[in-house]
Amino acid sequence: MKISTQRTITALVEDKPGVLNRVTSLFRRRGFNIGSLAVGPSEIPNLSRLTFIVDPGPGDVEQVTKQLLKLIDVIKVVDVTDSETVTREMALVKVKAEATSRSEIIQIIEIFRADILDVSPESIILEVTGDSKKVDAIIELLRGFGIMEVMRTGLVAMTRGKLGPLTSSHHNGTSPKGD
Amino acid sequence: MKLTGSQMVIECLLKEGVHTIFGYPGGAILPFYQTLPQYPQLRHILVRHEQGATHAADGFSRATGKIGVAVATSGPGATNMVTGLATALMDSSPLIAITGQVARSAIGKDAFQETDVTGVTMPVTKHNYLVMDAKDIPRIMREAFYIAQTGRPGPVLIDIPKDVQQELAEFVWPEIVDLAGYKPLSEVPHAQVKKAAELINESHRPLILAGHGVTISGAFHELRELAEKAQIPVVTTLLGISSFPESHVLHVGMPGMHGTAYANYAIDSADVLIAIGMRFDDRVTGKLSEFAPHAKVIHIDIDPAEIGKNIKVDVPIVGDVKPVLKAMLPSIAKKTHTEWVSQISLWRKEHPLHLRDTKGIQQQYVIQKIQEVTKGNGIIVTGVGQHQMWAAQYFKSDMPGTFISSGGLGTMGFEVPAAMGAQVGRPDMTVWSIAGDGGFQMTMSELGTMAQEKIPVKFAIMNNGYLGMVRQWQEVFYQKQYVATPLFNPDFVKLAEAYGMLGLRVTEKSEVIPAIKAAMNYPGPVLVDFRVVEDDNVFPMIAPGTSVKQMIEEKESLVAMEDPPEASS
Ligand SMILES: Cc1ncc(C[n+]2csc(CCOP(=O)(O)OP(=O)(O)O)c2C)c(N)n1
Ligand SMILES: [Mg+2]
Repeated sequence: MKISTQRTITALVEDKPGVLNRVTSLFRRRGFNIGSLAVGPSEIPNLSRLTFIVDPGPGDVEQVTKQLLKLIDVIKVVDVTDSETVTREMALVKVKAEATSRSEIIQIIEIFRADILDVSPESIILEVTGDSKKVDAIIELLRGFGIMEVMRTGLVAMTRGKLGPLTSSHHNGTSPKGD
Repeated sequence: MKLTGSQMVIECLLKEGVHTIFGYPGGAILPFYQTLPQYPQLRHILVRHEQGATHAADGFSRATGKIGVAVATSGPGATNMVTGLATALMDSSPLIAITGQVARSAIGKDAFQETDVTGVTMPVTKHNYLVMDAKDIPRIMREAFYIAQTGRPGPVLIDIPKDVQQELAEFVWPEIVDLAGYKPLSEVPHAQVKKAAELINESHRPLILAGHGVTISGAFHELRELAEKAQIPVVTTLLGISSFPESHVLHVGMPGMHGTAYANYAIDSADVLIAIGMRFDDRVTGKLSEFAPHAKVIHIDIDPAEIGKNIKVDVPIVGDVKPVLKAMLPSIAKKTHTEWVSQISLWRKEHPLHLRDTKGIQQQYVIQKIQEVTKGNGIIVTGVGQHQMWAAQYFKSDMPGTFISSGGLGTMGFEVPAAMGAQVGRPDMTVWSIAGDGGFQMTMSELGTMAQEKIPVKFAIMNNGYLGMVRQWQEVFYQKQYVATPLFNPDFVKLAEAYGMLGLRVTEKSEVIPAIKAAMNYPGPVLVDFRVVEDDNVFPMIAPGTSVKQMIEEKESLVAMEDPPEASS
């Protein structure tokens, strides 16, 4: 569920041991709550890209981005919440599926264009991809049948248009927004 | 040329201009220590505790503007450094910490004296490294020195496994440092500077808040020019002390919790605040919503994250203080603010800092006399507590960088090793440690170091028999319930003598000046046990979470208060 103080932020970081630890440790000690976090290699060798949803709490979101930028291994941070972005998240859901409910569940799966990955006598594992609202919605619908396990990847985000803001040369130490 | 990891570390230290290091040996750092004899040009000072090494390196940095280096072994050696690193980080003091680590193959196995040092020190360093390959040492050392000293300075730790210290590799010194994620800025934001100048030119009651950033940036001259050109009074924060001459007519004193009444009144009435290299610590602002209610704020700081963190800023200027002020000066109109300056003078007259005429010795009196005898030509290093606040109020330093204190972390015990480090860095100056009897006992083992290395620090122990500042809080906020604050103290004179130092005791006011002079005339380290008034309190006082409106100025105005909203001393 998205409440208004949540922000979606992407960061380009050095792919070095401990970097994720530096980022999450900073969140913890500054009192920022992470709603979701996804990380993986970027298009640039030796650099990883993080997408996270953060609730800065009473503090302002600029503190999140500024403090992150102070980390030596963090190269770039962008708050994309108010930008035109596409966002996706993937979830694996194991749902109870007895003979009686199975066809109804399969219908829901089809409506959501989800995929069935595994079927056993009592359950189905399905894969759903979409923005967080869509993932929330299917989980909600399946809840009545009995959800046994949910595994979500966390959101990834990308701004629309030609030049991704993450590849422009915007560095640590430049003046904050609002200058 | 192939060198061992240890040789590389030392070669790098020498290349960075380091001649002195403070450290303590142990198993995991032994390859490094056993290499030291090959480099007699590098002085190693054996401390008595690794916390002492970090504070000494910190004191060295602050007194010289160069970088201090501390060395320790793995596990307990490294964890003993945590307080010193945190102290340096909070006060933006550059230092390099080098720690030994268990051999690479043993990492993660709970080996003897293994601690996840990079993990433990992550929140208390500007950056840290675990070196897994000897060939990376030159690059990492170069980066570490660069990171520690540029931008907003801070401590950097380098953790080196024992076998990496022994490993042979090609020594390649990188000529340049290129870090994609760290580009300390060099450009002055001219448009913002212009806006600031306009705001200053239009102001009627401008006030400068000068902080540690002025000292770090070496912008004493520019600050003075700004103040004089537009006749702007200057308030200096605890760490800003000595960034502006205290004897100057425009100097207004320290703001905040134990600041002067007139400095706090000035902040309360100012229409433009020019905050320079300071970060609006809660000890400065008190209740945020009532801080500087009439002022537009110009905030100059090198750390973008400090701007807007605690208070709303009208003109943010991210930059190094010195070039920013340099760029600003031509746009500043020559002006006088006669009315404003005389208003502040009036407040100063009506609410002065003053000594009571007591029979006993007041700490303020001792500090004043040290100031008089040294003629301001000395470095003062303080601990934390009442004596620190009195030193801040009464030590009038005109020379930049002569007041050294743990501000952000408020680390008791800082006064002993930091004074030692300052003295090592500045052998040409007298270094006085204004020590609390409590704080002194936290790190007094370093007397051994000073005796061994003949480091002639003069200690003024403000022996009030109490953890005085906490006792004051108990008096003010906890109905005089004195819990765990009276101290049993050793015979400090005998203690000094046990180390072969000169020890003096002062119990009468008339002995204060002669004792200070005797200490200064003695070539080695000296300890003076000043038996000062026990139950004195620091005024003025603005309780945490309150504002200048609730300032307590005198003992008489002390009414028992409820627990402060955010009590923490
Ligand atoms: C390491 C540490 N522990 C505890 C404190 C909390 N504290 C702040 S001031 C103070 C009392 C200091 O006593 P002393 O050194 O005798 O100085 P005085 O206030 O008496 O001048 C204490 C305990 C601290 N600042 N640092
Ligand atoms: Mg005391």
